[in-house]
Amino acid sequence: MSNSPPRSQPPLAAPHGGAAASLGRPGGSSERIVQLEVLRYNPDTDTEAHFQRYEVVCQEEWVVLDALNKVKADIDPTLNYRWSCHMAVCGSCGMMINGEPKLSCHAFLRDYEGVIRVEPLAHFPVERDLVTAPDDFMEKLKRVKPYLIPKEEKPISAGEYKQTPAQLMKFRQYSMCINCMLCYAACPEYGLTPGFIGPAALTLAHRYNQDSRDGGRAERQEVVATHEGVWECTFVGACSEVCPAHVDPASALQQMKITSSIDWIVEHLIPGGKSARDTASREDAGDIS
Amino acid sequence: MSRNPLVREVPPTSWFFRHPRYMRYMAREITCIFIGAYCVLLVVGLQRLAAGPAAWEGFLLGLRSADSIVFHLLALVAAFYHAATWFNATQKAMPLQIGEDFVPGNLISGAHYAVWVVLSLVVLFLAGVF
Ligand code: SF4
Ligand code: FES
Repeated sequence: MSNSPPRSQPPLAAPHGGAAASLGRPGGSSERIVQLEVLRYNPDTDTEAHFQRYEVVCQEEWVVLDALNKVKADIDPTLNYRWSCHMAVCGSCGMMINGEPKLSCHAFLRDYEGVIRVEPLAHFPVERDLVTAPDDFMEKLKRVKPYLIPKEEKPISAGEYKQTPAQLMKFRQYSMCINCMLCYAACPEYGLTPGFIGPAALTLAHRYNQDSRDGGRAERQEVVATHEGVWECTFVGACSEVCPAHVDPASALQQMKITSSIDWIVEHLIPGGKSARDTASREDAGDIS
Repeated sequence: MSRNPLVREVPPTSWFFRHPRYMRYMAREITCIFIGAYCVLLVVGLQRLAAGPAAWEGFLLGLRSADSIVFHLLALVAAFYHAATWFNATQKAMPLQIGEDFVPGNLISGAHYAVWVVLSLVVLFLAGVF
């Protein structure tokens, strides 16, 4: 189940001073015994999850993921968790660390004292140990059409779609998402109302809406401007606080609430005003005919 | 391998105790009760005013009671907290891009505070405080 590499692989090197980088350095690192309390769940035998305590000899500059790798390599090969890049890029190692959604490859042991409690990401079904099922998130990502829907189709001979640096800056921040789902684990609305499309997927809709080459906002509004969309958000702001890529989903969602409200005003209060969604259905009809 | 995922429910009435940031959010939400109560008080005042001088005098007398003064102090603190949380949020809801750069968020929130101070002074002036 786990995407972890085979046992024979040693705790890996990290460009920012992870495990192997420090192991060979003479006198450069100090050892520390770390107590990990890890949530275990075996779908074949368990009806409930339970915590298991591990005592791990770690290097001071390791991250929590290094400690887990050490557990898997030397203490308990049955422990399951996901990771890949070890450099906060792939987004697969998200876990609750002392109750906070974190990338475990970016959670430095030096920032923790005492027992470190490691749990699977909150608000997602637990597949096994620290591995969660991301199916719901994947489904929601698809629903917001997270791809360019060009304003006008051009033949290849017409050349590339050009963009100024200012036009790029308008959406760049929202394109930095690594799909780690930490924001979903932090969002109490998502925990309480699982139908909520949620921070990262809605932010990606905003990213494409803001793109000068895109003409798909009207179509995305069908999902965005609904009670499962931005109107489920009550602006707790937790998503932006935990996001490791500084995407600031809370900002994207509030901006979408404003534009959706303007749509509503135009549609309902201005005579002859047309909403974004009207435009979408007309375009759809046009596509079919 | 079988799939038998474990769903861990979120406690619907106590989830906000899980993290201080959720407590801060609840504090912001709870302050709106005071804002709402104060609006009701203003409406009642208008209604008393319309009912004649005796009713209005009675209303004013009620405002001077100890209970009323405690309520007003609490409502004032709540209103400050509520306003500050939203003014601080404006920089997220209304980012301002000039050319390639974004106006620093503090300036956007700061402008809201400045307008707030000016409007408050105008209201106090109209009320004859100065
Ligand atoms: S918005 Fe941030 S926290 Fe949410 S999935 Fe993307 S990178 Fe992760
Ligand atoms: S392992 Fe890739 S983000 Fe942590």
